Amino acid sequence: MMRERYINAALLGGLLLVVFWAYTGDEPFTITLATRVAILALAGVGLNIALGQGGLVSLGHAVFFGIGGYAMGILASHAQSYQPLTLGPLVIEGTKSMPLIWLTAMVASGIAALLIGLVSLRTGGVYFIMITLAFGQMFYYFAISWPAYGGEDGLSIYVRNGFPGLNTLDPIQFFGLCFALLLAALAFHAAFKHAPFGLALNAARQSPDRAQAVGLDPTRLRLIAFVISGVITGLAGALFADLNRFVSPTMFSWQLSGELLIFIILGGTGRLCGPVAGAAMFIALEHWLGGLSEYWHIYLGALLLGVVLFAPGGLIGIATRREAAHD
Amino acid sequence: MSLMLLIEQVLNGLQLGVMLFLMASGLTLVFGVMGLINLAHGSLYMVGAFAAAWVAAATGSFLLALAAALAAAAAAGAIVEVVVIRRLYARDHLDQVLATFALILVFSEGTRWIFGSFPLYLNVPDYLAGPVTLPGGIEYPLYRLSLIGVGGLIACALYLLIARTRLGVQIRAGEADREMIAALGVDISKLYTVVFALGAALAGLAGALVGTIQSVQVGMGEPVLILAFVVIVIGGIGSIKGAFVGALLVGLTDTLGAFLLPQLFGAFMDVSSAAAVGSALASMLIYLLMAAVLFLRPRGLFGDTA
Repeated sequence: MMRERYINAALLGGLLLVVFWAYTGDEPFTITLATRVAILALAGVGLNIALGQGGLVSLGHAVFFGIGGYAMGILASHAQSYQPLTLGPLVIEGTKSMPLIWLTAMVASGIAALLIGLVSLRTGGVYFIMITLAFGQMFYYFAISWPAYGGEDGLSIYVRNGFPGLNTLDPIQFFGLCFALLLAALAFHAAFKHAPFGLALNAARQSPDRAQAVGLDPTRLRLIAFVISGVITGLAGALFADLNRFVSPTMFSWQLSGELLIFIILGGTGRLCGPVAGAAMFIALEHWLGGLSEYWHIYLGALLLGVVLFAPGGLIGIATRREAAHD
Repeated sequence: MSLMLLIEQVLNGLQLGVMLFLMASGLTLVFGVMGLINLAHGSLYMVGAFAAAWVAAATGSFLLALAAALAAAAAAGAIVEVVVIRRLYARDHLDQVLATFALILVFSEGTRWIFGSFPLYLNVPDYLAGPVTLPGGIEYPLYRLSLIGVGGLIACALYLLIARTRLGVQIRAGEADREMIAALGVDISKLYTVVFALGAALAGLAGALVGTIQSVQVGMGEPVLILAFVVIVIGGIGSIKGAFVGALLVGLTDTLGAFLLPQLFGAFMDVSSAAAVGSALASMLIYLLMAAVLFLRPRGLFGDTA
């Protein structure tokens, strides 16, 4: 436990150090890479709550990432064109304000998670994996065939959205914003783990029958965890869209859902900072191997196979010399 | 909307359905017997298509190309089973998902490395080219009609294999109780390799047959894989009969939805927005079907109720 705490501090400190080095050396691209790490790690923290605490293997978390992205894209595009969004009698003005966009992204992905969870959590195990995957595809194809917001081509936003008191176009300030949100999510996850709800959820994962016998409702616990998880991943989606100033259906793609799972496994399932370690390693590999070879996914695949087959505890598991984070 | 057009779409739906069945039967067998969720099944479909395209280009023979697809996919399946998959049977589903996801990365990038990023093409052989006139005067491509026939034949053959042969008995016994059949002297690890290779061969064949109507390219397997997942979730995981019914349901729903929905919306909207709404909704239709089936029967139509 102590050891893991040091590793977590080293991980987050390391990320800050890289950014500090890039800032003093005037390397904005490295800051952008670090921002990607922070945002993808945030998405991973969301999934980690469902997966690590709830034992829900969701292969469709890109749905929430994409919804967050499109919440940003749709609101900002209406603000950009000065044309309000009309939904029947409802008229919604577009906005370029990050807090409003984040709120919309979180509410929208929470509602989606509630609906998907209501259907998917009726089943379990392998059915759950396949159903979440299928829902992901449903959103993906819907985004492709819905022409109003760019369809397959996606949607560009010309100027990054604003946050009161900050210049979000400055890479270091935007990084700070994303990193602060990541820290908040990590703090939430850490508190959540030891809160009554987190303990009950863990009990429902380890032994649903016993949890039920003491009066807990496993399905309800899982549904709440799934919604919380979706909300956090949705927020990450809105940030990711703002980082690229672009949204497209690929944010809904099932490869992205797979990559989110990879972050967690590379880092270590159920570990607080597993997604941070995993996302950092993924981006580092993408940058480094991608420079070495056009076919870097082969090496990523081989590495992932190696971790799954021979190092089930992931990076943090290796560092703490313990296989699993649980129990 | 004429009746002839509708019948043509029904045939298209059947053709998509039987091809999905070839994919789904392998997936559902592997899950039923070994308890493994295999995301790399789509890669075996791609391997079959590439092997067929390569052999067809080299020899000009379509039948040789199909044989090559079967052989290459079965061989790839057997190798992957022995090297990687075998280590995953005792693991939880999360490990299986990740390891087979990693296999997809290796297969896809490996294929891109060997064959490049440009799509290859497989031609319909001369003796299956052109339309055929069905009773009632409907013209329909002979090749697509042959696909329906081949798919139906394979479904029958698979049924006979499982219901009537020694291997089929072992497969059914393996689904029911694997320790018991191992104790009775069946070489269980060989059985697993054979089942995996059989599923792979069916996927490879589907890849080659469909690759002739579409193009053969990296990443062609994953959309089909996900449709096959929808099929086996609807049918009930582990059930061949469920896979067959599910495949036809998904094939018909997808094809007829894309055809009928824009016309349906056209009745009370202008043409262009009807086309947009209709096609957007049609692309979601099979997933809505799946959600509806699961809501009523959480273990699929033919899944065990345990």
